[in-house]
Amino acid sequence: MTVQTLEVPDTKILTLPPEDVILQVRNLDFYYGAKQALFSVTAGFKRKAVTALIGPSGCGKSTLLRTLNRMYSLYPGQRAEGQVLLEGEDVLARSVDLAALRARVGMVFQKPTPFPMSIFENVAYGVRLYERLSKADMAQRVEESLRRAALWEEVKDKLKDSGLGLSGGQQQRLCVARAIAVRPEVLLLDEPASALDPISTARLEETISELKADYTVIIVTHNMSQAARLSDHTGFMYLGHMVEFGETDQVFTSPATTRARDYITGRFG
Amino acid sequence: MSAASPRFGRRAANAAFLGFCWAATAIALMALVAILWSLVKQGVGGLNLKVFTMSTPAPDSEGGLLNAILGSLMMCVLAMTGAGVVGALAGTWLSEYAKDSRYGKVVRFVNDVLLSAPSILVGLFVYEIMVAPMKGFSGYAGALALALLAVPVIVRTTEDVLRLQPVALREASIALGAPVWRTTLAVIWKSARGGMITGALLAFARISGETAPLLFTALNNQFLNLNLAHPTANLPVVIFNFALSAQDNWRRLAWVGAMLIALAVLAVTIIARLSTREPQRS
Amino acid sequence: MTAAGLTVERAPRPRARGAVFDRAFEYACFAAATLLLSALGGLIFSLAIGGWPAFAKFGPAFFVRSTWNPVTEVYGASGAIVGTLVSSGLALLLALPLAMGVAIFLVELCPASLRRPIGTAVELLAGIPSIVYGMWGLFVFAPWFGRHIEVPAMTAAPPGSLWETLTTGVPNGTGILAASVILAIMILPFIAATLRELLLAIPPAVRESAYGLGSTRFEVIRKVSLPYVRIGAVGAIMLGLGRALGETMAVTFIIGNAHGFPTSIFASGATIASTIANEFAEATSDMHTAALIALGLVLFVITFAVLALARLMIAREAAR
Repeated sequence: MTVQTLEVPDTKILTLPPEDVILQVRNLDFYYGAKQALFSVTAGFKRKAVTALIGPSGCGKSTLLRTLNRMYSLYPGQRAEGQVLLEGEDVLARSVDLAALRARVGMVFQKPTPFPMSIFENVAYGVRLYERLSKADMAQRVEESLRRAALWEEVKDKLKDSGLGLSGGQQQRLCVARAIAVRPEVLLLDEPASALDPISTARLEETISELKADYTVIIVTHNMSQAARLSDHTGFMYLGHMVEFGETDQVFTSPATTRARDYITGRFG
Repeated sequence: MSAASPRFGRRAANAAFLGFCWAATAIALMALVAILWSLVKQGVGGLNLKVFTMSTPAPDSEGGLLNAILGSLMMCVLAMTGAGVVGALAGTWLSEYAKDSRYGKVVRFVNDVLLSAPSILVGLFVYEIMVAPMKGFSGYAGALALALLAVPVIVRTTEDVLRLQPVALREASIALGAPVWRTTLAVIWKSARGGMITGALLAFARISGETAPLLFTALNNQFLNLNLAHPTANLPVVIFNFALSAQDNWRRLAWVGAMLIALAVLAVTIIARLSTREPQRS
Repeated sequence: MTAAGLTVERAPRPRARGAVFDRAFEYACFAAATLLLSALGGLIFSLAIGGWPAFAKFGPAFFVRSTWNPVTEVYGASGAIVGTLVSSGLALLLALPLAMGVAIFLVELCPASLRRPIGTAVELLAGIPSIVYGMWGLFVFAPWFGRHIEVPAMTAAPPGSLWETLTTGVPNGTGILAASVILAIMILPFIAATLRELLLAIPPAVRESAYGLGSTRFEVIRKVSLPYVRIGAVGAIMLGLGRALGETMAVTFIIGNAHGFPTSIFASGATIASTIANEFAEATSDMHTAALIALGLVLFVITFAVLALARLMIAREAAR
């Protein structure tokens, strides 16, 4: 095992009133086999708000995200220790129904991942797993999801076309529509705009800021101005530690820790 | 001699070598043309409606290949159905579950051994486990032998194309709360279906021309027989028997059969090839 | 939904429909994979059981003796073993240079517009069923081969030379060499296709830097490309050899089907596969059947050894 040398991290973690928190992470350690990737991470994610996770590559922000919906459980050898509570329920417990958890905690990935089926079927896929809707209800749900993802106007005449035929930006919004069609409580976005051009990125950001009326959004991003624009809270991570977690305005304008200040003012990373 | 142009010896070696490459390709193409030409020349003359409407004849009488064509079709379809299910599942297990586990490596090696095992040995095996104990040749035994030849091809291509599917696609489905089996069937298989179909077509092409494993499993049957529990006529074995006979009408039918089976196999191969992308220099 | 479209009703979350099938699906996949293992196990086991009476009766002599006589019930495998190895070895010798030529042509020389049609045509050679190769070999190729290769080769042989010894026989176009030529045509596309993929995978920078030094094409291919693909080429060659060893119908048609030790490359012979194909369905006695199955086990061991050897060589080279 490689020993990470880090001077005693001076950390500052904002504590929210418990009733505002939908997802509470406490003292979370994460291991890829023998290699530890997260060290005692603590953070509280606010209900119906956007929280951004920032930090240099390899700091553990994507790992943290993949812990919240237990995506890591697909891979033997990866394990998490500590506490992740979704509305008070332990997400890390063995007895958790992973499929049901993932339906409550949706995820959108770095690269668009449209399924090899029609646009309509892409959105309906997740809904069909849990609900038996009438044809009309399903059409209604698909339309509503596509509207929320700001894609409806572009695709309403070609719902039967393959999702693979859309542009990159449209594909990513299709993935957002697909994720929200299931009506999750929390939506995890793993650098959703990193593969997109600036115009598509702007549209996606618009979509995200509208989503927080109904969803708790946690977004990992490399783009600091994106984090500043979109989020209510920001967590700064470094070498597997949550270094600073607080109101976005505060983190960006007057970071409390040296690490965060150095990173945000562009002195490293 | 200037330093910029290679010396004569080097140039001559180069020219001779490149000439050899041209010649080698020409030889290969000539062989293909020669074989196809013989088939057409010898086969077209005997081609008529009776080939498809009558069963194999007695010496010096009229007949066709109906029983053999139907027998081959039935056995191949049955074999492909079984082999398709087993091969797709086993290939899925290798790519989705086993990955680099020790047992996965063993199964992968076993599959390679089966892939390279001579087809006549598969015939012997099926004879031993099915024909001998049940005291009779049968179309089912023939189909089993063909299935055993098709399975390793399907396993290999299935594993290869499934491994090419992006991890993110799988995770995207899982992230919606889909169970693994559903993710595999509805998303991964669907995304890989082009490659899987190609694999199945290649396997079909391989078994539809196979003779050796049928010699002592399905055997042959002079009559039209739709019950695979009995010995069943099939094109390859009929061609084999008729080609080596002294009867002119039998030999003529053997050529017709050879032409039909070659054209069918080549057509399937071409369709399979057209559906895959040409490899490009990286 | 309200006019603002901002509230969402969430249904209570039951288990995903069919989630219980996860285990079942994994087991089904696992069972299918295990079926492969048992098929191979069963194959080896049944050949060993079926051939046991022959091994028990003849002992090591089974592998040494060349007599194969169903009438006197004396069976020795060496004629068929040698016939198999010689015909496949010759086929490989003939096919390898041609396959290299074809692969290099397709990668280096072929005009781009012809690459696909010619590549497909070569692959079609691999698709032609072996029974068709057999018929073509016996009725079309053999008469030509006898007239234009065997007769001239025999008449030109100096008396008393090794050449004469190797070419004795009836020049009717069938025999061991004729079978090897047909086998060579059959395995050529397999080797060529694999070599071609290997050559395509060479990073362009490697070849370009060799050209940059002023090398001719031949020199780049000989000194850079071929050494680069050496490891994979071993696999390709072994794959071709394996095909030739187990090939049945084409050989059965054209090798002449004579038992015993082959004396010349123009003489009739037999391979393990051709012997089984010719005799198994009409085997006269239990011992005859057992001897044929024993032959089958020998063939399996040979092809398995070739595959294992190829794996070993590839693993060794890759470890360097």
